[in-house]
Amino acid sequence: MQTIDLNAQNLRELNATLQAQASADTPEASWEVLNPKGSHALAVGLDAPIDVTVLGSTGYYCAGMNKQANITVKGSAGPGVAENMMSGTVVIEGDASQYAGATGHGGLLVIKGNASSRCGISMKGIDIVVHGNIGHMSAFMAQKGNLVVLGDAGDALGDSLYEARLFVRGEVKSLGADCEEKEMRPEHLELLADLLERAGADAKPEEFRRYGSARTLYNFDIDNASAY
Amino acid sequence: MKDEKMTKIPQTMPRQSWTFSNDTNSEIRRAAATGIYDIRGGGAKRKVPHFDDLLFLGASMSRYPLEGYREKCGTGVVLGTRFAKKPIELDIPITIAGMSFGSLSGPAKEALGRGASMAGTSTTTGDGGMTEEERGHSTKLVYQYLPSRYGMNPDDLRRADAIEIVVGQGAKPGGGGMLLGQKITERVAGMRDLPEGIDQRSACRHPDWTGPDDLEIKILELREITGWEKPIYIKVGGARPYFDTTLAVKAGADVVVLDGMQGGTAATQDVFIEHVGQPTLACIRPAVQALQDLGMHRKVQLVVSGGIRTGADVAKALALGADAVSIGTAALVALGDNDPQWEEEYQALGSTTGAYDDWHEGQDPAGITTQDPDLMARLDPIAAGRRLRNYLSVLTLECQTLARACGHNHVHNLEPEDLCALTVEAAAMAGVPLAGTSWIPGKSGY
Repeated sequence: MQTIDLNAQNLRELNATLQAQASADTPEASWEVLNPKGSHALAVGLDAPIDVTVLGSTGYYCAGMNKQANITVKGSAGPGVAENMMSGTVVIEGDASQYAGATGHGGLLVIKGNASSRCGISMKGIDIVVHGNIGHMSAFMAQKGNLVVLGDAGDALGDSLYEARLFVRGEVKSLGADCEEKEMRPEHLELLADLLERAGADAKPEEFRRYGSARTLYNFDIDNASAY
Repeated sequence: MKDEKMTKIPQTMPRQSWTFSNDTNSEIRRAAATGIYDIRGGGAKRKVPHFDDLLFLGASMSRYPLEGYREKCGTGVVLGTRFAKKPIELDIPITIAGMSFGSLSGPAKEALGRGASMAGTSTTTGDGGMTEEERGHSTKLVYQYLPSRYGMNPDDLRRADAIEIVVGQGAKPGGGGMLLGQKITERVAGMRDLPEGIDQRSACRHPDWTGPDDLEIKILELREITGWEKPIYIKVGGARPYFDTTLAVKAGADVVVLDGMQGGTAATQDVFIEHVGQPTLACIRPAVQALQDLGMHRKVQLVVSGGIRTGADVAKALALGADAVSIGTAALVALGDNDPQWEEEYQALGSTTGAYDDWHEGQDPAGITTQDPDLMARLDPIAAGRRLRNYLSVLTLECQTLARACGHNHVHNLEPEDLCALTVEAAAMAGVPLAGTSWIPGKSGY
């Protein structure tokens, strides 16, 4: 286990060191980051199969554009955690602020607490599992991937949704434009079971409801103008 | 008393209404028939004060000209000197503006890369990500970071030469975009993670930041991901140029790209293009003033776009304080857009040469704004790239000619004192005296 103490080293040194593992002949497998103190842009742009554990809470964009790395935050995360993630796993043991997993293309984001508004906004293939609740406008314009919520969802879930799949166990305050409840088929239960297991979530797939796009807004139709 | 000799009473000529012109009435009829607003490509077509309303004074008793073809007049520019470890060095102060693959065909993107590289300048991606055609043929490529984040990935971010965060564009400050389903082919859809054939919306604001304070942190993230190597541009539409420039500098930009309302778009509502934003001419001086007030003029570079057509336009923009200009529509024309050779086909589409702007429909006879394989094949990227190179050369030569005439050995030495304005409006916007006077409206006197 390698340790980087942000009381002694700065952000550039942290990220440069972790990013350098992508081209190292033998990457250091395990890293620990001390004293994050809410710093922004921690552990961004990583591209190696390494484990990084941040001991404390982080600011904006922690684990941004992550590839391959497994990053765990033993605290809460600020806005845009794991934004545009490509692959790997990011686990937030506390809560996550706005835009968690925004525009993510792949990988798994697990939030063990609650996620604020716009969770999974414009997601493009990432899988997100939130153990708690999510805020309003989550999965807005979500294109691909899966958003699983063990708690409740706020207003306007899945507004202007494309092909992302949304699974909610609790209550949905309201659905956004063109988002509707859909049939839960066997393949969805199977997918959900896998995601719940990988996210360490204690829940049964049968307890969830599935939401997706009604696809009525995919091509502009003047008769749908009131939906915008 | 009636003239007995007059056999026919003279008629007043039929008088067309200025308010309800034939053009206006045709739009009313189109709207009534379809129930939907008009969508088109390009920038504002209305006549607005522009660079044509300015003139260079040239050398005289108090200015000493340089000899054309003999005495050197530099054209190089370095963009991104504020924070980036690797600023972009260009041979000419004219860059190619961001235009998306999807909106443009692959051969068109390749041609832009070829032409720009031969001329020693940069080209820019657009919504939809980076294509191999463009990266492979562009020695200097600016990667746009857009609200949609289509195709965004850290690998392309790192293989770009600069990053341009798009906050807005001149054709539609405050607006997003729509690429209609007929252009969403399998390849375009794949790059954008969307199903084929659906209308694809480009969001009007970024999904994970709001305002300049957040943007400062976003820029920190992008710099950390790219090792602080890449210049970070911020592109804004010509809305509130003084404050937008100020805030872009505050957020940490290396370069501010300012796009006036004549700047083009792939597709948006005509009402948006024609009625939102300010003319390019009106935007430059407030932006330069903002940089000067911050002590950042020439430290944060200013790139101006929107309606640049000639070397005179380039020279005037530089004289007003820009470090470089960017061209989009003119570059497409140089490639072959709206060329008279396709007149018959333009007419079949209900348009004519020079007016064709239904780029979103994917039926471009010139093969530039289309994804149709047969139409795309009409554009030879090598020949089109050469045409663009030639055009860029002419712009540069013209700009040098004017700079020499004003006594400058580098185009960046052009200054507002080299200019006068033909109209009161242009004098006020550009902050230069009305021709024949020393009057700058709003500054000197009243």
